[in-house]
Amino acid sequence: MCQVEEDYRDGLERVEVPSVSKKCVKCKEASAAVVIRAGDTYCRGCFKEYFIHKFRAMLGKNRIIFPGEKVLLAVSGGPSSCSMLSQVREGLSLNAHKKLRFSPGIIYIDEGGVVGQTVEERRRTVAELQAMFKATGFPFHTVALEQVLDLPSSVVAMAPSPSEQPASNYKEAVGHFLQSTSSSRSTPQDEEQTSLPEVPEAHTHFLQQLIGSAKTLTARQDLLNTLRQHLLVHTARTEGYGKVMLGDNCTRLAVKLLTSITLGRGAQLAQDTGFSDARYGDITLVRPMRDYSAKEIAYYNHMFSVASVFTPSLDTKTTDKASIQRLTESFVTKLQEDFPSTVSTIYRTSEKLQTTCRSSAKAEPSDKCLLCVCALDTAVGECWLENKTIGASVTMRTVELILLSLTTDLKSLLCYSCQLTLKDMVSGGLQRITYRHCSCKLF
Amino acid sequence: MPVLCSGCKEKRAALKRPKTGHSLCKECFFWAFEEEVHRTIVAAKLFKPGETVGIAASGGKDSTVLAHVMKLLNERYSYGLELMLLSVDEGITGYRDDSLETVKRNQQQYELPLKIVSYEELYGWTMDAIVKQVGLKNNCTFCGVFRRQALDRGAIMLKVDKICTGHNADDVAETVLMNVLRGDIARLRRCTAISTVSEGEGVVPRCKPLKYAYEKEIVLYAYFKKLDYFSTECVYSPNAYRGHARTFLKDLESVRPSSIMDVIHSGENLSVRDGVKMPVQGTCNRCGYISSQALCKSCVLLEGLNRGLPKLGIGKHHRLHDKLLSQQPLTEREERKLKSVDF
Repeated sequence: MCQVEEDYRDGLERVEVPSVSKKCVKCKEASAAVVIRAGDTYCRGCFKEYFIHKFRAMLGKNRIIFPGEKVLLAVSGGPSSCSMLSQVREGLSLNAHKKLRFSPGIIYIDEGGVVGQTVEERRRTVAELQAMFKATGFPFHTVALEQVLDLPSSVVAMAPSPSEQPASNYKEAVGHFLQSTSSSRSTPQDEEQTSLPEVPEAHTHFLQQLIGSAKTLTARQDLLNTLRQHLLVHTARTEGYGKVMLGDNCTRLAVKLLTSITLGRGAQLAQDTGFSDARYGDITLVRPMRDYSAKEIAYYNHMFSVASVFTPSLDTKTTDKASIQRLTESFVTKLQEDFPSTVSTIYRTSEKLQTTCRSSAKAEPSDKCLLCVCALDTAVGECWLENKTIGASVTMRTVELILLSLTTDLKSLLCYSCQLTLKDMVSGGLQRITYRHCSCKLF
Repeated sequence: MPVLCSGCKEKRAALKRPKTGHSLCKECFFWAFEEEVHRTIVAAKLFKPGETVGIAASGGKDSTVLAHVMKLLNERYSYGLELMLLSVDEGITGYRDDSLETVKRNQQQYELPLKIVSYEELYGWTMDAIVKQVGLKNNCTFCGVFRRQALDRGAIMLKVDKICTGHNADDVAETVLMNVLRGDIARLRRCTAISTVSEGEGVVPRCKPLKYAYEKEIVLYAYFKKLDYFSTECVYSPNAYRGHARTFLKDLESVRPSSIMDVIHSGENLSVRDGVKMPVQGTCNRCGYISSQALCKSCVLLEGLNRGLPKLGIGKHHRLHDKLLSQQPLTEREERKLKSVDF
């Protein structure tokens, strides 16, 4: 209704309510099984075709995944990532029409320690998921989030990317790959038996302390996202994967876009919500599910029995106003009820944005934020918010002044929104200790 | 134990600043608020000495505080500006006629010259008459478009060099959010600018000195300084889309008070990919006002009102511009489309 450039249809017509007795709009023969948008009714067969085609088209249009490349699938157990896993599996199966040509691996990050799950519960979830992964036949890695505490500091540095691979090379690479594999049959993938290693309780405790040192749930979720990304990138690097596929769907990305705006990440929007994210240099994050709305994925999973496992996160069962991320999610879903085109409009907006960088694309490592590895949107040393706010010098109490001198160095190396997260963390005695650990890790 | 002001540490704290959470006494708060506006003006180089500046005054809290602070800073820091009040009468009974009385009182209190322009004299339509034709859903579009032109025309009549409006941080943040939700890329780029770019005649640049001032702080300032302002919501606004963005922003502020500034920061750093189609600035063929289409929006809206086709101007209508310009009659199908109104 309120979109710019929207065309209004003739009013006062009787709106046709789509019902199950209608015919599929595509093949016009079979009876409809599912309604995706108002007016679009599909039968089972056409829906499956439409769903699979979208995935292929997304990968094919962008030409980022090269044949034979090792790709890491980040599966959280939720419906979106399990759907992605089943799409990849179907695409790689031998009888698929125009099968996909890369070698996938799966990674599952166990975050139960942060949420407060017991060891028993965590083991059960992991066992369930591992059974699912074994059935696919791809190599899988199960990593506990506690391992992020042992990462080397190189994880936050940007490694040099491999040589440029423009689109013309893509065709050559495909041709080359087809020639080399035409004679040999594909060997079965060996399954890696990586069960969850025993995590020392001290590590879990320390991780909980670190996350708990953030006073607000918003900062905690932000911090958790950052830690998770670091672990993903590190695993991809050590196991030799060039790309990581994330399972974010359209609805989740629309919420993420609005959340990023409210957290002050306007400069990094294109990387946070775009199809490909090249901020780490050698590892590219890819989001092939970004064209699917949560509704479509739910229908597909239900109709074609794609299993998924529910894992609680930090904001499960919290109120609407517990954190900014939670608030934005409930806002978008409520608005979507009254204005059904909200999510797709936000998605289209995100496609038109690009990354602002003050320097060129090949920025120096010193120009990147320490936590999120995006280009800095504040000049080093300048503080955008404090320039516009009187009172930092007027109203500081002495205790906080000491901390301010400690944090000034760290603050100048962070982008605007990571500075906000840090602000929520630093105050009080415990936080000073955790801050020091954090800074030791980062330096 | 009374809480001491954290600014001067002598007097008792009278309030807690919404922006920062600091506890301040009245004088320190006034000083902090005025100082921030002063720094905004200086950093963005909004005014030059000797300019005539028109303050868009509606009688509401934002414009009253703006007039007060502008007058104060003009004297305190010797900006060398000549200030005037400019007001627009949309013709909404019970709302605008009351607030205009407030503006007239302001004129006496601040001793500034005042000019009032009305929709009736400029366009021949009052908002009440427009709502009767259009309904309650899209009326904010009419009001906003007409008001922009009315302000510009009033400014030309007053012969001012610049207009300043009372848009505050909450307004700018709401606009950023609303443009994202509506998918309006062109406006998204421009809406966080503190002053408009002006080219050509008939256009007076306008700026927002209160851009970084929170709405809550403006209310506190007006309350503690006992300023005279009119505070009622427009009777036609409850159904506006902006209401959703506003509720969201208010909730965000309650979770994290710095959210409003964060949204503005994001808006300032957004950049659009190359190759995305953007509107080009030109002039309207009928009235000569600036426009990105053949006919400016207010000409199209007026045409729709005068012909009894209230939906002309809402939604896609570029194809009809040539027809309107050459005075051709519209086909029956087009007429039918534009006439239907849902309340």
